Amino acid sequence: MKPSIEDYRKIVGDEIIDELYLLAQKLKGISIQNINSTPSGGGVAEILSRIVPLMQELGVNIWWDVMEAEEEFFSITKKIHNRLHGVDIPLSKEELNYFLEVNYQNALRIKKWADIVFIHDPQPIALIKMKRKLKNRWIWRCHVDFSSPCRDIWLFLKKFIEKYDVSVFSAPIFSRPLSIRQVLIPPSIDPLSDKNKELEPRFIDEVLNRFGIDKEKPIITQISRFDYLKDPIGVIKAFRLAKKYVDCQLVLAGGGARDDPEGEKVLEEVKNEASSSRDIFVIYLPPNSHLEINALQRASTIILQKSLKEGFGLTVAEALWKEKPVIASCVGGIPLQIAHKYSGILTYTIEGTAHWIRRLLHEPEYARRLARNGKQHVKNNFLITRHIQDYLLLFLSLFNESDLVYLD
Amino acid sequence: MQPFHFHTRITQVELLGKTAKNVKELYEGIKEAPPSSIYHHTHRYLEQHRYFSPEHPNDFSYWITNSLGLKKLGEKIASVDIFQFSDIEDLRKKFLEILENFLKSSPALRNCLPQEEFRFLSSRIFILPTPYKATNLVEFLNCLEKVTIHSLYFHIFEARLRLKKHDNDFSCWLRDLGYKELADKLSKLDPYTYTLEGLRKKIINLVKAYL
Repeated sequence: MKPSIEDYRKIVGDEIIDELYLLAQKLKGISIQNINSTPSGGGVAEILSRIVPLMQELGVNIWWDVMEAEEEFFSITKKIHNRLHGVDIPLSKEELNYFLEVNYQNALRIKKWADIVFIHDPQPIALIKMKRKLKNRWIWRCHVDFSSPCRDIWLFLKKFIEKYDVSVFSAPIFSRPLSIRQVLIPPSIDPLSDKNKELEPRFIDEVLNRFGIDKEKPIITQISRFDYLKDPIGVIKAFRLAKKYVDCQLVLAGGGARDDPEGEKVLEEVKNEASSSRDIFVIYLPPNSHLEINALQRASTIILQKSLKEGFGLTVAEALWKEKPVIASCVGGIPLQIAHKYSGILTYTIEGTAHWIRRLLHEPEYARRLARNGKQHVKNNFLITRHIQDYLLLFLSLFNESDLVYLD
Repeated sequence: MQPFHFHTRITQVELLGKTAKNVKELYEGIKEAPPSSIYHHTHRYLEQHRYFSPEHPNDFSYWITNSLGLKKLGEKIASVDIFQFSDIEDLRKKFLEILENFLKSSPALRNCLPQEEFRFLSSRIFILPTPYKATNLVEFLNCLEKVTIHSLYFHIFEARLRLKKHDNDFSCWLRDLGYKELADKLSKLDPYTYTLEGLRKKIINLVKAYL
């Protein structure tokens, strides 16, 4: 059973929950519709599947629609995604036209529109064309690292973005000069979801046994989709450098998302790279393997997130919430979650990652201190209740222009 | 006499899409930024670092010191006594004056590393009522012990500088209630040198002396 909003009182306190009810009350009579491109897999679908029911429980008239599209659409949006990250992958005019056509077909298909349409990521961005007819308010939420996009794709998307009433970015570094308002809303994790809740030690042991992982030997883990931008090969190289000095195991675990057709190719490469080592576990998990991911994180000695590019990098917050020492790349939203040497370790290279794996394995007390501070930081800033509060304020701000808003 | 109704507030952070990579660009950014941006960059730390004492009391000094490596200038900006200002515009002028003097004496500009640019933010605040109301000093003390640090923050910092009342809400109400001396003591208290919990304790002790 999914947790109720009331269940969060024991984690964040009464005051926060009472304020959420009050804010929700102020949205009476206003409907809100979320639209994204995938019902499962990936951070966006995951957070929507938690936030929408909780907001409904608070009394907000909110729902979530998913785009309908063929595989071809997702391989094009994957290219758009890569070009937004600054990766120079060819993208033809015909492909962009097909992208627009799928958006147009979805605009015709959706029959029920809300007072506020909340679009997530670039895939459904062109639905904004409906605004002229509907005369309602539109929000575009960017979950992607926008810090150094290829110019052509930025200009293509910008035409659409500037038609929205407001845009939302996860980190200041993603913000760009735009003619519309830009609001900062970091993403969040749900402490009561299967992925983050407390687990029975017996279950954790059972998961380790299932994959043949040795409980007695240090476990270094990276949880992420099999994607070049998460640098799984770099993780293996860092692990091998560290393993020369400390006996340990590496777990690379993750699933795929419907909108990421590249995943299988990357998985094959990672398996080849790892095939010669008995201490490397490459685990491809089906969607919704949240309990297994939770168990693998909880069983880990150190958690890595060695991404080359990141949106926000929520797996870092998940690991910190479980009070684990984290070594992560200083990219995207990760520096917002980790203050170097205070709540985790930030690195830039394979060698640096290897160096810190060794240090933290040799200095467990220091590693524990990093983990404790990290958990506190996540509690203050990256839990789902803070995210819901930010969204409620975002909706209210569409009807209040002033920078001082009285909600008496 | 109206009772004192404690309020609280929640902040929405906005990105202005404007960046600076050296002192000259920071100067220009501060000159053009809306007052809510100057307020945000000089007050954000008060709540975010509520568990440990912050090394840098404003974002400008943090960036100048860490991303530009200009320690002397960073310290000068950090040492601006915000409590002396009851108007954001005067505070802005003070920062501009310091940066202008620096620019006059340092012809070579130092740029930060790519991706480490200063990013201008601003904030919009939503003010909400809390269940706490006081009609006399005893009730006021009870409420002070219970309200959140966000409520305390709103009545002390935001009321004075952002709502342009030139004084904190507590002092205004206490003065009307006839406690002029206590009100003056609270007005003179420099809240920027306390943590929020430390500030709560200090105010409670001052109030207790008049019961």
